[in-house]
Amino acid sequence: MSGLAIRNARLGIGQRSLLGPLDLAVPQGEIVTLMGPSGSGKSSLLAWVCGTLDACFTASGAVAVDGTDVTALPAHRRRIGILFQDDLLFPHLSVGGNLAFGLPPSVRGAERQARIERALADAELDGFANRDPATLSGGQRARVALMRTLLAEPRALLLDEPFGRLDVGLRERMRRFVFDRARRLGLPVLMVTHDPEDAASAGGAVLHLVAGGSVRRGEPGGEAADALPA
Amino acid sequence: MGASGLALRLLVAPRPGALLRAAPTLTLVLFLGPIAAGLAGTALPAFGFLPAIGGERLSLAPWAALLQAPGFAASLQLTLTSGFAATALSLGIVVLFCAACHDTALFRLAQATLAPMLATPHAAIAIGFAFLAAPSGMVARLLSPWATGWTRPPDLATVNDSAGIALVAGLVLKEVPYLLLATLTALNQVRAPALMRAARSLGYSPAAGWMKAVFPVVYPQIRLPVYAVLAFSLSVVDVAIVLGPGTSPTLGVLAMRWFSDRDLALWFPASAASLLLAVLVSLAIALWRMGEAILSRLGRRWIEAGGRGGGGGALRLAGAGALAAVATLSLAALLVLLLWSAAGPWRFPHALPSSLTLETWRAQAGRLAEAFRATATIGALASCGAVALALLCLEAEHRFGIEPSARALWLLYAPLLLPQLAFLFGLQVLFVRAGVDGTVAAVVWAHLLFVLPYVFLSLADPWRAMDRRLARSAAALGAGPWRTFFTVKLPVMLRPILAASAIGFAVSAGQYLPTLFAGAGRITTLTTEAVTLSGGSDRRVIAAWALAQALLPLLVYAVATAAPPFAWRNRRGLAVA
Repeated sequence: MSGLAIRNARLGIGQRSLLGPLDLAVPQGEIVTLMGPSGSGKSSLLAWVCGTLDACFTASGAVAVDGTDVTALPAHRRRIGILFQDDLLFPHLSVGGNLAFGLPPSVRGAERQARIERALADAELDGFANRDPATLSGGQRARVALMRTLLAEPRALLLDEPFGRLDVGLRERMRRFVFDRARRLGLPVLMVTHDPEDAASAGGAVLHLVAGGSVRRGEPGGEAADALPA
Repeated sequence: MGASGLALRLLVAPRPGALLRAAPTLTLVLFLGPIAAGLAGTALPAFGFLPAIGGERLSLAPWAALLQAPGFAASLQLTLTSGFAATALSLGIVVLFCAACHDTALFRLAQATLAPMLATPHAAIAIGFAFLAAPSGMVARLLSPWATGWTRPPDLATVNDSAGIALVAGLVLKEVPYLLLATLTALNQVRAPALMRAARSLGYSPAAGWMKAVFPVVYPQIRLPVYAVLAFSLSVVDVAIVLGPGTSPTLGVLAMRWFSDRDLALWFPASAASLLLAVLVSLAIALWRMGEAILSRLGRRWIEAGGRGGGGGALRLAGAGALAAVATLSLAALLVLLLWSAAGPWRFPHALPSSLTLETWRAQAGRLAEAFRATATIGALASCGAVALALLCLEAEHRFGIEPSARALWLLYAPLLLPQLAFLFGLQVLFVRAGVDGTVAAVVWAHLLFVLPYVFLSLADPWRAMDRRLARSAAALGAGPWRTFFTVKLPVMLRPILAASAIGFAVSAGQYLPTLFAGAGRITTLTTEAVTLSGGSDRRVIAAWALAQALLPLLVYAVATAAPPFAWRNRRGLAVA
């Protein structure tokens, strides 16, 4: 099966169960939104999916990308990209250096440079290759972070509250920027957020994490408020 | 044995992760092994056993010889009084300054001047201080003859006094910056500003608020550094040679004299004295701990009485004055070294030499260059080795989720809480048996024991505070753990890594006893030569060596401070906050 699949996922801290059992399939080119209050374990679920879950958590279940089980692979071999609320651009590298960091080493020479130039053009950042990331605006940095993730040629994309830090005016533009590119590349996207507008903008299936760690399926853009446990 | 088992495991398990996983254990073995072996190698001769020089049977004769040595009781008393006095005075000045001045601009100024003060070796400060305070020193010259009437140096024991006052003063000059740095680090960890806001809003004066709300939280964090100061002050040798009394010297100097005597039979009482020093230090730390318990009980009553404290203008003056005195004396000590090293004829009551000349430097240039090279080589190897080990340990901690325990911190402090004499002689015996004594490698290893704790402590906090999501981002972009380590973590940590290297270099450059013992007297560094010369009478030569000894670590420190801003001049995200 193509796309991202999560089977029988359970997360906990010590003896305490945090989340699950959860089964989830995100087909290629679709966006599934997972909503829930803070502390419900949404971000930990994404960390587990991409293989960077902190050692203090316990987890069981399986993650498959395009039908291949990647649960046993370390994070850097899974080819699952992730975007966070903070852009996490490497402060010691230029904008171009950050993009090059994402690009696989098999892309060489002039092609490497061309791919970086194309990515910058796509992000409306032509000529920014030598800039210090710290001198960019929040929206520009967020676009660089997405391009860096896409240049790594992921087979699935995770979004961890990716628009929370942006100004309200920028948010809708950035949502469209991210979702358009993910759809164009046919990536399965799993997004966690507590902003109902993110879910509405994504337009795909919406799941609500409810108290006790189980999941309820909601309508796209539907009543999110009643899913928040008291 | 554990070490050979570990080595075997490393050989048969060549997976790249295996070496890293073993890094903390390997470091502890490299680090604590020599100390344990050295302690044993000192304890046996202390009881008469050292077959190489004819000690075939265990006996108490070395102890009898130690107890019957002329002036032993005075030595013991001097060791204890100077050690406790230096520690209490240093801690007192630091606490007074922090309580009185934590909310002033002076506090930030002190932070900025701290690092260079720390980088200056003990011996250089001690020699410079002697040149200030001696009967024919700078202070007497500035006051003579107009205020004192002296036209010749007075017959006063202002340094090398039998009560050890000059020794205590020399120690305080170096220990105050160290304890202040430890306190500032601790203040960052306990969120002192928030505690102070709470205390101030309840009506406490700044000084009373700091003593009652902040100090009780900070003290547990600086407890180990305080014990290290106590251990160091009780057992120091180089400063005591320069500033302490010549007859009935401290126990450490007494042991060192016997160790370097032609009569090898004196090694037995020397070992006994070293072991006694280790026992004294342990007892002193236990006693200090008891004092802490009593003071904290009294302090709690004082805190709960609810006194808000007064205006505190006098207190502020005292705190600022005490720290300013320490800083001024340190700087003056270096300046007087500079002056003497370039002095032409300089008769007693004159405040300045009648002419300046580079003759001393020219005459010493060849030997200085040689010792400079040796000091730099040993310092570079020891600090690079320590930084590499510390980085591997911290990376293993990161990658395998190892949680360091409180006991690990005590182990790290072990070389700083034991008198150097207590294990260096035993270590040298081992080096001799292994045929490596007197080599650069042996000296580097001996230095590593003292360099590693400082390097690790200075690197651990920034490393653990590094944004872990940077490494996670790199992994999600397909970078393996080693690529992430070299291309993301190391560059981002450049500043703390270079700072730790500079600290390590300064610690190495200042080592006297480890160089002497492991080098078997055949390796001369700026420090060993400066201390040896300090017993002589040629002030110009002594000054040149002491100044060179101070300048080398300062130079390295300056480079380490200047390099990151240069490397990151186009990276605002890595600029100093």
